[in-house]
Amino acid sequence: MSKTEARIEEHIPSLRRYARALLGSRAPADDLVQDTLERAWGRFHLWRSGSDLRAWLFTIMHNLYVNQLRQGNYMPATVPLDEEAWKVSVRAAQEDGLEMRDLMAALNRLPEEFREVVLLVGLEQLRYEEVAQVLDIPLGTVMSRLARGRERLRALMSATAPPTLRRIK
Amino acid sequence: MNRESRNLREEDLHAYVDGQLDAARQAEFEDWLAANPAERMRVENLQKQNAMLHALFDPVLNEPVPIAMQQKTPSRWKPFRTVSQLRFAAAAGWMVLGGAIGWAMHGKDATKSVAPLALAQQAAIAHVVYTPEVLHPVEVGAAQEAHLVKWLSKRLGADIKAPQLGTIGYELVGGRLLPSNSGPAAQFMYQDARGQRLTLYIRTDAREQHETAFRYAQEGKVGVFYWLDGSLGYALSGEMERQQLLLIAETVYHGLNP
Repeated sequence: MSKTEARIEEHIPSLRRYARALLGSRAPADDLVQDTLERAWGRFHLWRSGSDLRAWLFTIMHNLYVNQLRQGNYMPATVPLDEEAWKVSVRAAQEDGLEMRDLMAALNRLPEEFREVVLLVGLEQLRYEEVAQVLDIPLGTVMSRLARGRERLRALMSATAPPTLRRIK
Repeated sequence: MNRESRNLREEDLHAYVDGQLDAARQAEFEDWLAANPAERMRVENLQKQNAMLHALFDPVLNEPVPIAMQQKTPSRWKPFRTVSQLRFAAAAGWMVLGGAIGWAMHGKDATKSVAPLALAQQAAIAHVVYTPEVLHPVEVGAAQEAHLVKWLSKRLGADIKAPQLGTIGYELVGGRLLPSNSGPAAQFMYQDARGQRLTLYIRTDAREQHETAFRYAQEGKVGVFYWLDGSLGYALSGEMERQQLLLIAETVYHGLNP
């Protein structure tokens, strides 16, 4: 395996983490990662040496994700949490209480455009400029989506927290 | 405060939480924060949100990377993405044929660089196909061990051995000859008192390589430790914890290199 390919491999764990958070369950998330890697290897000659490899990989993943969303391949908001996601949240819940489960549920309900920004910044710790590049949107849009997304996530979490169950539109 | 500076404050607040504020601005922001307890609460809430995202999803970072992801797979050939799909195919009965064609095609693409990962993948496939067998897990049983080893050595064109694993509770069940993308391959199957099965997959590698470090890959429940030793490639597969499999892999290695 060449050096450059090994460099792509280094990013697999964080691509998997992001995909899992984006899609909520393991199988579709790993399929998205697999598609991303195949495209990355196939188009590696298009990557400009010296530019940020990680941002490039996330860009590929974002484009694939958006395409699949358009084709209706994912229905994250209506698909119940699967066993895998449940296990993750239960494991986390043992440490940090029920809030973790609420976070999972709230993420599932967060509109797409917010979810990606919130996760790329909060979870993957991309710089705002990188997020703008990955999602191909202006920096100002990144900032406004980040602020609104985080506020929405917070509201969704307090809405899903028992005992005050409220109906989510 | 006018609208513009309010927006700037809002952006600073997020940048502060995300550690993306430059040093000078950060000090200034912290002063402002000290005088605004309500905003400080917001900062803390946002920090908590980030921390919770990490707590929830960081465990994914430690999951073993599936074999298929580590491999530069030619996209025109996508055989089986997961072991569960593989099991289904095996049950359907067309897996051996499809697998053989796949291997042949893969061989063409892989002639230039035979990645050791292909070794692990083929071993995992063979493991999943043959370990559930009740009637015919092996072609030649352990009762004819000497014949088995001689036969497989002849077909592989190399002296191979079936290491003794009795000290760790595994007895040889037997072995079989298999196709691989680098010619004939051998599979030895072992079993412990509880019926837990391991397979050691051996194939000749066309290139002379002398890399003896263990590498680990996992597909579904099947873990594989694989390594190259001289012109032979070895892969030990089992459905067990990585640490446990590693101990066995070390015993196998020492059994092969006494």
